[in-house]
Amino acid sequence: MHEEPPHDRPVEARGLVKRYGRLLAVAGVDLAVDAGDVYGFLGPNGAGKTTTLRMLLGLITPTEGEARLFGRDPFRLGRRALEGVAGFVEAPQFYPYLSGRMNLELLAAFDGGGAAGRIGEVLDTVELSDRAGDRVGGYSHGMRQRLGIAAALLRRPRLLLLDEPHTGLDPAGMRDMKTLIRGLSAQGITVLLSSHQMADVEELCNRVAIINRGRILYQGDVASLTRSMGTWYRLRASDLDAAQRTAAEFELADVAREDGELRFSADEELLERFMITLGRRRIGVRALIPQHATLEQLFFELTERDGAPPEVPAAPVAEEVA
Amino acid sequence: MPTFLTAYRWELRKLVSQKRTYLGLGAATAVPLIFVTALALQSGSPNDVAFGRYVRESGLAIPLVLLLFSSVWLFPLVTALVAGDIIASEDHNGTLKTILTRSLDRGQIFAGKLLAAATYALLALVLMGSVAVVAGTAKSGFNGLTSLSGTRVAAAHALGLVAASFAVYMVPVAAIVCIGLLLSALTRNSAAAVVGTLMFALLMQLVGILPGLSGTDPYLLTTQFQAWQGFFRTPTDWAPIVRAVWVCALYAIPAGIGAYLVFVRRDVAGG
Repeated sequence: MHEEPPHDRPVEARGLVKRYGRLLAVAGVDLAVDAGDVYGFLGPNGAGKTTTLRMLLGLITPTEGEARLFGRDPFRLGRRALEGVAGFVEAPQFYPYLSGRMNLELLAAFDGGGAAGRIGEVLDTVELSDRAGDRVGGYSHGMRQRLGIAAALLRRPRLLLLDEPHTGLDPAGMRDMKTLIRGLSAQGITVLLSSHQMADVEELCNRVAIINRGRILYQGDVASLTRSMGTWYRLRASDLDAAQRTAAEFELADVAREDGELRFSADEELLERFMITLGRRRIGVRALIPQHATLEQLFFELTERDGAPPEVPAAPVAEEVA
Repeated sequence: MPTFLTAYRWELRKLVSQKRTYLGLGAATAVPLIFVTALALQSGSPNDVAFGRYVRESGLAIPLVLLLFSSVWLFPLVTALVAGDIIASEDHNGTLKTILTRSLDRGQIFAGKLLAAATYALLALVLMGSVAVVAGTAKSGFNGLTSLSGTRVAAAHALGLVAASFAVYMVPVAAIVCIGLLLSALTRNSAAAVVGTLMFALLMQLVGILPGLSGTDPYLLTTQFQAWQGFFRTPTDWAPIVRAVWVCALYAIPAGIGAYLVFVRRDVAGG
């Protein structure tokens, strides 16, 4: 049984299931995003990321399960559960025949409060002030993404849900988006970032969930995840054959020669003894480079190992998900 | 705090920014002008419709003749252009998810759309009526009318009856708005909803002329487009007007409720 969540946790989802006929899009997702997290929601296309975000935003009703945003149920409370919450799913969309500013005016009117007074400020934040008077129909993809962020910021959110915000952006646009997300996080905004850009997630996020075929495969710290795959070393030495023979004597794991280097795994104590022995045998150590698994390697390790079929007959799915 | 009126105001602003809005309003304006121009250029009169024989005696007969002509396809089409599009275009543009994640609830947004579609239809009707009265008066003069009972109606009184007729004409138009909204919510496709609404109106007219189905005539939506003629009988015949109200309600209320339920309950998985 789950414990009762703290009421101010930005996102708490339990056993979310979404079925479209025989297609099981989301198969029992549990998510817990804490205040201040930049939380990466990783998965390949069709893994269930967007469907999960749609459920969190109350756009679609889950077949099973429940979710809370700051302790409020988006399925029962509708818009009232979205207080302090903003974001977009898939590409942000606007009325193409209205200008960027008019689109924001419309959304600010729908939000009420002081949102209308913040339009200039959010346009400056996303650097769209110069083009705000142009029709959105003429905007590039990157400009629409930035307008999407501006629309979200109008709500003064404490939680931002961003679905693939880097998609379709050029390198400069991606850099700007990362800078923007870092800045928003620094302001205390919790960010739930759906993406399949591993490098960006590793760079931006402190915690991740990896989803595949509608199921969460991992959820936790990025650092813990990369540590869980262990550390290995690359050694450059004056006499690599002698170093390899010494490694065999020490029974180091995963020893291999690659590109003029010796690759091996060892814990710190064994590594220390190995290095001392190399020194005593006058084998010069030119470089010892520790290596950690990247998030991308871990992602493929987890998702390619996962072989559950996406389509299953109607069945109690919550039990299938560990 | 935003309310359904906020949604209503913005729906109107969106309509003002869209070309299709002007297509319908342009048609409502152009039809009376074309009719009056044709009258000026030709010698005949449309004697086979009520008030047709008076179009050269009184400009006030012209808006009434146009009401009869417009009920066949013009007003169902003009109404459907916006009512059939107002929800489906959100799907097309993908903007439903944009507006449904703000602080207005779905019911308020739906109410705003319903009111905006009805306002547009009303504006089109007022435009057609105003242009028809002005152009008709310019062509045939501001003269009294002969009622359907054969009595003479003074010009000022006739103008009041024309206005009342247009008001009653709005009742079946409002039902068309609801049907357009229902199809817009169901099909999520503007073209399908616009054509579907028009087809529904044409089907009603077809049923009305089919032999053996004449008994259904008083209960057809299209028949209610002629209810205003009760104002031009002496004494005023309220029966068709009252019937228009409840018959149209029988079409409008289920369609409106259906559109509301579809809009409020649907999953927004695409738009």
